[in-house]
Amino acid sequence: MATQSANTSDFIKSLGRMYGLYTGGFLAFIILLAVLEQVGVPNKVLGYLFVFFTLAVYAIIGIATRTAQVSEYYVAGRRVPAFYNGMATGADWMSAASFVGMAGSLFLFGYDGLAWVLGWTGGFVLVSILVGPYLRKFGAYTVPDFMSFRFGGNFTRFLAVIVLVCCSFTYVTAQVFGTGLIASRFLGMDFTVAVYVGLAGILVCSMLGGMRAVTWTQIAQYIVLIIAYLTPIVILSTKKYGIPIPELTYGLAIQDITAREQEMLRTGLASAAALKPHIEPFINYSPLNFFGIIFCMMVGTASLPHILMRYFTTPSVREARQSVAWSLLFIFLLYFSAPAYAAFSKLEVYTNIIGRDLTSIRPWLFTWGELGLIQICGKNAASLDAVVAACKAIAGHPGVVRLQDFVINTDVIVLSTPEIAGLPYVISGLVAAGGLAAALSTADGLLLAIANALSHDIYYKMLDPNAPTVRRLLVARILLVVVAVCAAYTASTRPSDILAMVGWAFSLAMAGNFPALVMGIWWKRATSAGAVCGIVAGFGLCLFYLVTTRYFPGMGVKYFGMTSLLNPVTGAPIVDVAKAMALPNAMESWPTLAHPMANKVGWFNLNNINCGLLGMPLGFLVIYVVSLMTRAPSAEMQAYVDEIRKPRGQTVLQEKS
Amino acid sequence: MQQKSSDEVHWKRTTNLMLAHLFVWFIFGYVVHMFVVPLNKIIIPVLGFPLGFYMAAQGSLIVFVVMLFLFARQQDRIDREHGVAEDE
Repeated sequence: MATQSANTSDFIKSLGRMYGLYTGGFLAFIILLAVLEQVGVPNKVLGYLFVFFTLAVYAIIGIATRTAQVSEYYVAGRRVPAFYNGMATGADWMSAASFVGMAGSLFLFGYDGLAWVLGWTGGFVLVSILVGPYLRKFGAYTVPDFMSFRFGGNFTRFLAVIVLVCCSFTYVTAQVFGTGLIASRFLGMDFTVAVYVGLAGILVCSMLGGMRAVTWTQIAQYIVLIIAYLTPIVILSTKKYGIPIPELTYGLAIQDITAREQEMLRTGLASAAALKPHIEPFINYSPLNFFGIIFCMMVGTASLPHILMRYFTTPSVREARQSVAWSLLFIFLLYFSAPAYAAFSKLEVYTNIIGRDLTSIRPWLFTWGELGLIQICGKNAASLDAVVAACKAIAGHPGVVRLQDFVINTDVIVLSTPEIAGLPYVISGLVAAGGLAAALSTADGLLLAIANALSHDIYYKMLDPNAPTVRRLLVARILLVVVAVCAAYTASTRPSDILAMVGWAFSLAMAGNFPALVMGIWWKRATSAGAVCGIVAGFGLCLFYLVTTRYFPGMGVKYFGMTSLLNPVTGAPIVDVAKAMALPNAMESWPTLAHPMANKVGWFNLNNINCGLLGMPLGFLVIYVVSLMTRAPSAEMQAYVDEIRKPRGQTVLQEKS
Repeated sequence: MQQKSSDEVHWKRTTNLMLAHLFVWFIFGYVVHMFVVPLNKIIIPVLGFPLGFYMAAQGSLIVFVVMLFLFARQQDRIDREHGVAEDE
């Protein structure tokens, strides 16, 4: 025993040196590739080297940290120091959507896009003060573990597993989708093949070593993704303003953007309808929806099982709290840089593309145009001739690119910044490796959350409580592979809603988990019946609102009094409900993805991404009322709640090993 | 008896700390951004950001990070003073 703990502390002490070496090695690798590029190695080879080198490193870490112990598999032996757990959480948290998508949303929505930046950071405050450290003290392996213990019984456990699977599965599918997208774009692989290659990368990290392996790979992935995200804009900022801190210099870019917006309006390069001023608030989201998104994303953060379970791995409650602070610091590094990406690209587009003569468009644009990601005059900007031809077809076109002629897919913003800045290809490869790291690390965390809930909560706790350790871990691994293959299959069918579903996951988690978690910790009087009713009511209402507005809008209008959402600027309805209801397919639903009213109707002008705003208050209310109507929890249970509130002492739940 | 009342005080202080932080969180997560239009009229000198935009893009985020490190320390102090902190 003594030798083992000595080994452990040696291992922890050497972490700094190991990851320091790793970071140095990665930087050296980038420099090596830069040299290779200069001597004429083709871009495609560089892309492959980047992707396979990083994947190989993750695989080596995953295999080296494999484990056959239950507590290592589920909670990394509870000895991950706060600082490193913060880094791992950062990678767990930041997905392909954060890495690739966020800067794009900010480009498109300007100020209104900041709702996502605020929502995806402020939630950690709730994690730390309301939920995380208490769950750590409780000593759970999974979130349903806590629900079942506090609200007695396997039915609550089962409900919690349903909530967990609902919000995590769509999320993991989106990550696998993101992996496929990046791999296919930078390696030129077929999308479906790329999805399964990404899947293999995910599995080698998580299957053998569970939480333990995922933790140490996520730290490695964080280092790659943050270097990849910051490098291009640091270079860009230095080139443009002479200061390598883009987060400070982009204020000037915003001033230039605003000035340029006025100029474009004056000179007729932009119509007032096409121009959305960058710093003007509430023109894409109404104030209700803007603040609703912030609130749902924040509360969702504090309810997502794959985030909460990261704080089960720290050595103490104290370190769990410190770890949340470190997590947010590491996440902050990326999130406060995203608006800089948006501002620099927007300035580039406004000054060097809009207003240019059609014949002098810069060539970097055509590589994205070929993929259909940039359109000019309504056609893919695949080549100069294509652009000229498309614009000629528009009557009275002045021969220069106008704002309303130009459409860019938001994913391009981050991926094309190196080209916009005229940087060597090695930087583009770096960005691809970073995006891949972001998608893989989040997918690992989510897969583990789902597989753990199924193996630990359903199999071990509900089906076979006497299962020996070996069989429990075997079942966990098999389920992990099964869930992963399901996710990859779903992703390979390219479901159209996949990115929207990530936002929905937050609202679902918020409505299903948050009230029960918070009341379970902060209110001793909360009873089992209260929790069961609260979860069913809150989660049910949220799911109902989502499914109805997205897939059955006709029924929503006819039976549930839903009306069209309103345009945030003019206040006019965005869809003519009367006309749409008169169509023959008005009541058709699920398979008809192109329903004219889909996502465009609702109650109180509330966007369906904010459905948690309906479900969560109902959940709290129901738990409160039903708890007061039922008998108070036993004195024993109340004593357990007291125990959870005090960091000192044994965990409440003891795992027999 | 003494033990019990110390635990009660501990929980009361913990609750107050929670409420204080939630209050700051609410101010910087929501209230500040309700005044974005007037705040945007103020331009931060040298850097050139409109203040309302800056608060949503960076200001509030910095507050959240600082808050969390502060909270970890404050809660730990409360735990120690009531003898319920973990051993190092």
